[in-house]
Amino acid sequence: MNRNSVAKPVRRAPTPKVAWNLRLYVAGQTARSVRALANLKRICDEKMAKTYHIEVIDLLENPKLASGDQIVALPTLVRRLPPPVKKIIGDLSNTERVLVGLDLRPES
Amino acid sequence: MRHKEKTQVTPRSGLEKAPTGINGLDEITYGGLPRGRPTLVCGPAGCGKTLMAMEFLIRGATQYDEPGVFIAFEETHKELTQNVASLGFDLRNLEAHRKLLVDYVMVERSEIEETGEYNLDGLFVRLGHAIDSIGARRVALDTIETLFASLANAGIVRAELRRLFRWLKEKGVTAIVTAERGDGTLTRHGLEEYVADCVIVLDHRVTNQIATRRLRVVKYRGSLHGTNEYPFLIDKEGFSVLPITSMGLDYPASTERVSTGVPRLDAMLGGAGYYRGTSVLISGSAGTGKTSLAATFVDAACRRGERCLYFAFEESPGQIVRNLRSIGMDLERFVKKGLLKFHSARPTGQGLESHLVDIHHRIDEFKPQAVILDPVTNFIAVGEAGEVKAMLARLIDLVKSRQVTLICTSLTAAGDAEQQSEVGISSLMDTWLLVRSLEAGGERNRGLYVLKSRGMAHSNQVREFVLSDRGIDLVDVYTGSGAVLTGSARAAQEARERAEALAARQETESRQRAVERERAVLEAQIAALQAKVKAGDEDLKRMVGDAGAQARTAAREQTAMSKRRMADE
Repeated sequence: MNRNSVAKPVRRAPTPKVAWNLRLYVAGQTARSVRALANLKRICDEKMAKTYHIEVIDLLENPKLASGDQIVALPTLVRRLPPPVKKIIGDLSNTERVLVGLDLRPES
Repeated sequence: MRHKEKTQVTPRSGLEKAPTGINGLDEITYGGLPRGRPTLVCGPAGCGKTLMAMEFLIRGATQYDEPGVFIAFEETHKELTQNVASLGFDLRNLEAHRKLLVDYVMVERSEIEETGEYNLDGLFVRLGHAIDSIGARRVALDTIETLFASLANAGIVRAELRRLFRWLKEKGVTAIVTAERGDGTLTRHGLEEYVADCVIVLDHRVTNQIATRRLRVVKYRGSLHGTNEYPFLIDKEGFSVLPITSMGLDYPASTERVSTGVPRLDAMLGGAGYYRGTSVLISGSAGTGKTSLAATFVDAACRRGERCLYFAFEESPGQIVRNLRSIGMDLERFVKKGLLKFHSARPTGQGLESHLVDIHHRIDEFKPQAVILDPVTNFIAVGEAGEVKAMLARLIDLVKSRQVTLICTSLTAAGDAEQQSEVGISSLMDTWLLVRSLEAGGERNRGLYVLKSRGMAHSNQVREFVLSDRGIDLVDVYTGSGAVLTGSARAAQEARERAEALAARQETESRQRAVERERAVLEAQIAALQAKVKAGDEDLKRMVGDAGAQARTAAREQTAMSKRRMADE
């Protein structure tokens, strides 16, 4: 093996596992929650390219799950993976803040 | 199981109230907090808001069978459990029985990014779920103001809080909402606008280096309430509010009398001693024997089998017992029998309210028939005269309502007019004994006066108060040529009088003897005269007899002679 040989091109993601695990907490199907989900999907498609997994949790059906992630405001988006855990509240209409909140690096 | 209502108050309006079970608070609020409405409890940090909210829930669960939900915004579940354990409340047990549910809501600003519109439905969901899961009737939110700190959009928070309180009313739960005191406003973020049905303010003040806590019901819509500031305590049994209004002046007056322990003093007090259940003040300057007099009462009471509770604020129990042994009193045996209990502490250790509650609890526990406070004037070090008087007034009310006799000793500074008791408490007392130093002829002796004794005729004489190893004795004081004589002057006077009495007796005796002598002489003369009379009588009798005999003889001779003469014829 010649060390000076041309390096292989860096393999881009995706890895077989999802890199982003996101949870969206809502309370029923309201205009706001629908908007939030739509906004979320859009941002993910633009920035994460199929490496994301979104879980929608309706607290009206599962109220017990609210205390686990300490949910107070709705809708709340929780970034569970990659760590650390981050919380974003609101209908996600402010994309800039969502990116800051999710700590998404701009793709090179 | 319903807890028996301690107070006999009925709601004045149609407003239903949720009794708190907190000592004294239900009395100030005439029944408790408004049912189904939120109550605001505000105050500075560390004033006891959390504990009050928690006690409201816990007593609701244990005494009134109303489960409760505690939403904590500042302390974790574990911290709360520990903090509340110091009040003797077992949170875990209540949670296990589904009487109480604690949810810790953490809203960390650094963790949250706000990206658009939102509401606080998450909180509603959690609260609703908690209430429904145990059927809660009471809720505590402590401290909901943290939402303002954590969420940037104050407008949303305000709107949601308004919605929350409406929602709580609809749910029909009685809620306590805690908030921190603002500068010049009741709360920092203006919660009092939304929670306007009932507002309670707590305060924690330091005066004269003693910390006191105070509570005030600022507002209570739809109900009468005590409007003053009331001191309260937090001790190992929870909150205790001390409303002076709960002590009415309508206690029964006993006509039973109890001995003071000194028979002559009983005699001075209308013949029988103090009335049971009255308050007695023994005042005097240092070293006049106040403690000894109080202890004599204790001794007498314990001998009767009554229980006495002795609060010593100057000496330790051991010292008191030792000192009293020198006058022939053994209080140790009563302590051993459980009839006498000492409690000794310097008043400067805690505030006046703490003392009052402490004394209250001890009286409740020991149930004595007599209570001694020795000396009561030490409380001046803790509060001002007016406050001490107020505290004593409450104590006297408490003690009288239970027909317990109260003895207070009071130290008056030497040289002051002894009748001025510093604390001005003499008007609260039914009987006032003054022990005064009487200086004369190079000695100091003690004199006892009964200055007043309500409800009985009492002596207005001063007696000399003598302490010996046989105990206390009251001796008559001699007033010769306007001066009061005690001690050795009295002894001298007594000796003088004894000598005079002896001289008088001797004189009488000698006069008696002289009279008798004269009488004897006269009697002898009488006897002689009588003998003379008797002799004369006898002479006369003899003469009469002789004369008779002569006559008879003459007659006989005449007869004989005539007989002889007749024989001649």
